[in-house]
Amino acid sequence: MEQILKATQLSKYFYQKKALDKVDLSIEKGKIYGILGPNGGGKSTFLKIAAGLLKPSQGEITIDNEKPGTYTKSIVSYLPEINYLYKWMKIKDAVNFFKDLYADFNAEKARESLKFMELEEEEKVTTLSKGMMGRLKLTLALSRKSKVYLLDEPLNGIDPISREKIITSILDSYSEEASILISSHLIYYIEKLLDYVFFLSEGRIILSGDAEELRNKRGMSIDKLFQEVF
Amino acid sequence: MMEFNNSIPIYLQIIDSIKQDIVVGKLKAGQKMPSVRELAETLKVNPNTMQRAYQELDREKITFTKRGMGTYLTEEEKTISSLKEEISQKIILDFVEGMNKLGFSNKEMINTLKEYL
Repeated sequence: MEQILKATQLSKYFYQKKALDKVDLSIEKGKIYGILGPNGGGKSTFLKIAAGLLKPSQGEITIDNEKPGTYTKSIVSYLPEINYLYKWMKIKDAVNFFKDLYADFNAEKARESLKFMELEEEEKVTTLSKGMMGRLKLTLALSRKSKVYLLDEPLNGIDPISREKIITSILDSYSEEASILISSHLIYYIEKLLDYVFFLSEGRIILSGDAEELRNKRGMSIDKLFQEVF
Repeated sequence: MMEFNNSIPIYLQIIDSIKQDIVVGKLKAGQKMPSVRELAETLKVNPNTMQRAYQELDREKITFTKRGMGTYLTEEEKTISSLKEEISQKIILDFVEGMNKLGFSNKEMINTLKEYL
């Protein structure tokens, strides 16, 4: 299988604190991965490095054989946890903003997805509920035709209806040509989506494996396994 | 909507549920199955998991794939009737194992079952 993302002994320190400690991780084409762990375990830091927003302190990461930079940003779609949209924007402005920013952004797909997500283009982003904002951010991230999707906590603080819609859109966006890496501590809701999981704690990968094999070997759900490990 | 028990591999549960649907006639012999993608979205599971379930069903000759046309259920009556056998055997096995754990002898088991029926 073709590897699209590869981290080797990747470390990140913030002053004395080790956010990532010699992480080895690789991702193949056409699979959905979960990077799971408690808050502060290093999930977001890993995604930010892969997205090219943070520099590693040590070790290396490559995406499509290149270090994070202009090229990798053109093939990686990153959904950050924070709100990054300007306050003055309406939903349609956010769509246009993405269209201007990314050559691979499919505005047609975005409009269809907005309908599915029950979002009105004329609505201002400041008036959106947390669930609606989550749906909008996901629509924007998944409307790019990327090789790698990095989704940081797409379900955090999201109501059940939005959750369902978000899961459906992730599945809808799945392609054999792309890989999806989802970080989450809400494992129960996403474990059925995952091919492979990495458990990250205190900056280290303490367990990883094929989701179905782990269920088979351990006789428990990934969620339960997670609770056991932590 | 299918409810999964996440402590058992999901592809096995999908296979079991499809077999069950065949036995009770919810799925008809020879009928076309939904595509991997469609079913993955309906069941909200990973498409590779779905693919694995279909591959296994193909291997067991419960389904067959027509190139470029999709997946179809077998028309073999024999396969379908043996499925019924297979599922009932499994239920019996689960029952007997469970009763054994509770300390029932075979005779007691039969008596309890008779009483219940």
